[in-house]
Amino acid sequence: MTRRLLALGGLVGFVLALASFVRRGSARRRERVDLYYDDGSMISLPDGSPESERLLALGRDALRAARA
Amino acid sequence: MDAAQALADLTEISSQIEGAALFGDDGEVAASTFAGEGRARAFAAAARELLDAAGGLRSSAAPNQIEVATAEGSVFVVRDDGRLIAATTTPEPTVGLVFYDLKSCLRAVADDEASKPKPKRRTRKKTEDADDA
Repeated sequence: MTRRLLALGGLVGFVLALASFVRRGSARRRERVDLYYDDGSMISLPDGSPESERLLALGRDALRAARA
Repeated sequence: MDAAQALADLTEISSQIEGAALFGDDGEVAASTFAGEGRARAFAAAARELLDAAGGLRSSAAPNQIEVATAEGSVFVVRDDGRLIAATTTPEPTVGLVFYDLKSCLRAVADDEASKPKPKRRTRKKTEDADDA
C-alpha cells in the first residue's frame, strides 16, 4: 500500500514538473523581436542574443509605461 | 480624420490593441488612448527609445516597423513620413493584422493633414513711407 502511494506521488510529481517545463518553454518561445527596415529587409533577432534581450527589456518598459 | 478620431477608430476596429499613441519624430504626442498625458508621454518615449535602439543595429537602413513580443503582450511601433504610432496588444496577436491597422491609422492622419487648407501667406502692403524712401 505504502509503495503504491509512493509510486503515485512520484508520478504526480513527474507530471507536474513536466507541465511546468513545457509551460516555461512555450512562454520563452513567445518572446521575440522582429524588425522591418525601410529597404524592405526584415530581421528576427535570435532568442537569447544580447540585442534581443536589450530590445525585449525596452519593450517590457513600454508595456509597463502603457499599463501603469 | 484627426489624430484622436483615427485612434478611436483603431481601437474600435482592432480588439487586440489595448492602447496606442500617435507622436512625431520629436516625441511630441499628437493623440493617445491613455488616460493621462504623462502616461502617453512615457509610453511614446519608451517606444521612441525602442526604435532608436533598433536603428543602432544596422547602419545601412532605418527600421520602420518593430514588434517586440513578450509573454505579457506585444509592443508595436510603426514609422511613416515623420509620424509614429506605437501600440500595445494582448499576448500572441495577429501580427500582420495589427501592422495593417496601425499603418491605416497613420495614413488616415496623413490624409487629413494633407487635405487641410494651408494658411495663406500674408503679403504686406507697401507703406507710403516705404514708397517714398
